[in-house]
Amino acid sequence: MQPTEELTIRIGGEAGMGLESSGVGFSKALVRGGLHVFGLPDYHSRIRGGHNFFSVRIARRPLYTHTEPVHLLLALDQETVRRHIGAVVPGGAVVYDEKDGLPEIPRRPDVGYFSIPLSQLAQEKGGNAIMRNTLIFAVAAGLIGFDPTYIEGVARDNFARKGQAVVDANLRVIQAGVEAARPFLADFPFRMEAVPNAPLRLLLNGNQAFAMGALAGGCRFVSGYPMTPGSPVLEWMAGHAEEYGAVTIQVEDEIAALCMAIGAGYAGVRAMAPTSGGGFSLMVEAMGLAGMTEVPVVVYEAQRPGPSTGLATRTEQGDLLFVLHASQGEFPRIILAPGTVEQSFEAGGRAFNFADRYQTPVLVLSDHYLANAVRDIAPQDLDFDAVVIDRGETLTDAELDALEGEYKRHRFTESGISPRAIPGHPKAIYASSSDEHDEYGHIEEDAENRRRMQEKRMRKLETARAEMRLPTRYGAEDADLTLIAWGSTYGPLREAVDRLNAQGRRARMLHFTDIWPVPKGVEEMLVGETVAVENNYSGQFADLLRMATGHTVSRRILKWDGRPLSPEYILHNVKSKT
Amino acid sequence: MVTIDDFASPVRPTWCTGCGNFAIWNAVKRALAKVGLAPHQVMLVSGIGCGSKLPDYTRANGYMTLHGRTVPVATGVRLANHGLRVICTHGDGDAYAEGLGHMLHAARRNIGLVDIIQDNRIYGLTKGQYSPTSERGQKTKTSPWGAFELPVNPIALALAAGATFVARAWSGDLSHLTEVIVQALGHRGYALIDVFQPCVTFNRSYAYEFYRPRVYKLQDDPNYDVTDKMAAFERALEWGDRIPIGVFYQVEDRPSYEEQVPTFKAGPLVRRPLEKLRPEQVRRLLEEVL
Repeated sequence: MQPTEELTIRIGGEAGMGLESSGVGFSKALVRGGLHVFGLPDYHSRIRGGHNFFSVRIARRPLYTHTEPVHLLLALDQETVRRHIGAVVPGGAVVYDEKDGLPEIPRRPDVGYFSIPLSQLAQEKGGNAIMRNTLIFAVAAGLIGFDPTYIEGVARDNFARKGQAVVDANLRVIQAGVEAARPFLADFPFRMEAVPNAPLRLLLNGNQAFAMGALAGGCRFVSGYPMTPGSPVLEWMAGHAEEYGAVTIQVEDEIAALCMAIGAGYAGVRAMAPTSGGGFSLMVEAMGLAGMTEVPVVVYEAQRPGPSTGLATRTEQGDLLFVLHASQGEFPRIILAPGTVEQSFEAGGRAFNFADRYQTPVLVLSDHYLANAVRDIAPQDLDFDAVVIDRGETLTDAELDALEGEYKRHRFTESGISPRAIPGHPKAIYASSSDEHDEYGHIEEDAENRRRMQEKRMRKLETARAEMRLPTRYGAEDADLTLIAWGSTYGPLREAVDRLNAQGRRARMLHFTDIWPVPKGVEEMLVGETVAVENNYSGQFADLLRMATGHTVSRRILKWDGRPLSPEYILHNVKSKT
Repeated sequence: MVTIDDFASPVRPTWCTGCGNFAIWNAVKRALAKVGLAPHQVMLVSGIGCGSKLPDYTRANGYMTLHGRTVPVATGVRLANHGLRVICTHGDGDAYAEGLGHMLHAARRNIGLVDIIQDNRIYGLTKGQYSPTSERGQKTKTSPWGAFELPVNPIALALAAGATFVARAWSGDLSHLTEVIVQALGHRGYALIDVFQPCVTFNRSYAYEFYRPRVYKLQDDPNYDVTDKMAAFERALEWGDRIPIGVFYQVEDRPSYEEQVPTFKAGPLVRRPLEKLRPEQVRRLLEEVL
C-alpha cells in the first residue's frame, strides 16, 4: 500500500453530537503524531439537530487551507452520506453505523461502504452510545494506519479530570474502533502513518491565536456581548483574566461593550471589544467617540455573512467597507486583516501598539473561517519574543512629574499625535470632549480651531501610513497573473497559486494584512493581469484599492454562499475565464 | 486640604440665568471638597446635553462622551482605575431615554459610580421637546396634544434593578443636595441621585415654585428606615402635593462589582506594570494548544 500524499477525513452528524470537539481532539492526535492538519468545522446555528460536519485535511507537509475532495467520510447519520457522498474521491470510503443504515440513493461503485456497529460497540465498550464519535475516529485511525497511541494520549488528557473510569472507557472504545477497521483495510487504499519523534507542534484557530496575541500585546480589558464568531475571544480572555491580570466583563449590549472599552482606554488600560458585524453595527457611534477624543481602543470584528442576522455560523468578508466608513464624520482609523493563525497572533500585538501610538481606534477584521479553522504551527511561529509593547507618546510618571504649565491633551503637533497623560496625575488634569474642542479639551466651536484640530487628527493617518506593511508576495517572481487577497483567504489563494505554477501558469498572490490606511507603494505592485479574489458579493477590497490607488483590477473572483473559498473554486474560476 | 476653588475652570458656564445646573455644579464641587477628593482623584463623566457640560466647567479629570452612554463609559473608567472616584453627571434624556438600559445594568452590577441625573424633565439643549420624565399630558413642541406616555419613575426602577443607594434631591436646596452627594461618595457600590433641576427657559411649569412647596425630606422622619426596600418603594410612588427627597434606600451589605473582580486584589488595573509575558507564562499558554 502506497502512503498517500494527503487526505481529508470528514465526520458528519447532527448538532449536539460533539463533532467539533472530537474533531479537534482527533486533529490534535494527528499533530502529536507528526502530521500536519487543517481542520474546518461547518455547523448550523442551532444546538440540536440539523447537519454539522468537521473536515480534517492531513498531510506530511504544512497545510494552509482545506480542500474539497474527501477521502474518508465518517457518517453518524444518513444525512451525512446523502450530502457528502459526492465529495468522496474514487477509492475513498464511507464508514457508517449499521443501525443507521444508508440513505436510499444509488451506491457509488467506486467508493467503499464500511458498515460497523458503532452505537453498539460504543455502548458495549464504553458504556455510552454517545462515545461513538470517539469510536469512529479510532476506526479512521485504523483505516489510515495511524498509530492509535496518539488518540489514546489525547483522550487521557481530555478526560483525566473526569476520573480514571471515564479514561478507561475511552481507551476501550478506541481499541474497539481500531479493531473494527481491520476487516476493511484491504478495501481502503489511503494511508497516513504517524511520524515518530516529530517536533512538537501547536494546534489552534484564529480566535485563540488573536486572543493570545492580544494578551501578549498588553490587552488587559475586554468587554463584550456574546455573538458568533467573535465571542470566543471574550471567553478565552475571561478564562485567563485572573492568571494574567486582566479584567473581562460581559455587558448588556455592544454599545456598552465598546463604550466601556473606550472608558478603560481613556483611563489608560489597553482595552478591546470583540464582536461580529451585527455587534459592530451597534458600536458605530462609539467608534467616532474614540476617534474624536483620541482614545486608543481595539475592536476585533470576526465577520459572518449579513445583512442582519444573515448566516450566523458561516463565513464572509462582507464588512470591509462598512468598518472602513462606520460612524459619522471623518477620523483616522487603522484596519488590520490577518490571514493566518500566525498573523492573527501578530495582529493582537500590533493592534494595541497602533492604538496607543496613534491614539485612535484600531480594527482587526477576521471572519468565521479564520476564527474557527484549526491549523498546526511550530511553537516558535507564535513569536512571543518579537512582541513589543509600545505605548507611543504616552507620558510616563517621570514625564508627568516634570510637566510645566497647563497640560494640553490635544496639543497641535506635526505628526498629529499629542503626548497623552493617563488621567490621575495632579499635573495633567483634563477633560476630553466628543464635541469639537481646543487643545486643552474644552468645547470650542471656532472655525479656525476646528480646521486645525481636524487636520491634526487626520495627520495621524498619514503618519501611520508610513508604517503599514505592503502585501506579502507569494508565487512566481515573473508572474503575469496576480491574485489579490486580503485577510482569511490567504490559505486557499496560496494553494491555488502553488497549483497554477505547478501547471506552468506563472501566477502569484499579493496578500494584504494592512488594509487601512493603504500602505505606501501599493500602486507599483499592481501590474499585469490582476484578479481580486474575495469571499463577498461585490469585491469590496478591489473597490477600496481603486479608491485609494486608482488601480482597476482586471476581474474579480467572488463567493458569497456563506462558505469559504477553496483552492478548487479559485482554480476553476481562474481557468474558466482565461 | 481640598477647597472648592481647586475645581475652578477657566471656562464659564453657558447655562441660562437661574438654571438648576448651577446648584448641581456647586454641590458637586462642595461635596468633593468636603470629602477631600482633589481634582486628579476624581473623574467626571458626562454625556450630551446642557447638564453634561458640567465637566467642561470644572477643573477635574473629565470625559464628555455620547448622549446616553455616560454610564458604560464611566464603568470602563472605573474598571480600569478604581482608584478614581467616578461621578456621572448627565440629564434625564441621557440617563432615562437612550441610557435607561445602562442605568438598570449599572444598578444590578453595583459598580462604584455616583450617578447624578440632572432631571429637568425636558430636553433643554435641543430646545424644548418632552423627556422621559415629562408628565403625561405635558405639551411641548413634540407633544402638541400632551405627552401620551407615563413618566419614567427612576427611583422605583433603580430600586427594582437592585441599586444599593437611591436618592433624590433638588436644585433649590444646595446644602441638602451637597449632603446627599457626600453620602453617595461614601457608598461602596452604585449610587443614583435623581436631582430635580428646574429649566427656567423650556419647562416653566416645573420651576422652583412647583417644587418648593411640595418637597419634604425623608430624613426628617426619624422612623424612616433607609434599609427597608418596601418602604422605599412606597415613597418612590408618592407624587403630587408631597414629593419626598433625600435618601430613599441605602444598604452596604452587597459587595460592589469591583470588590468581586479577582484581578483587583492587586490594586487598580492601570497601576499594574504592563510588561511582556514571562517565559513561564508563555509556556503555560503554549501547553494549552499542544
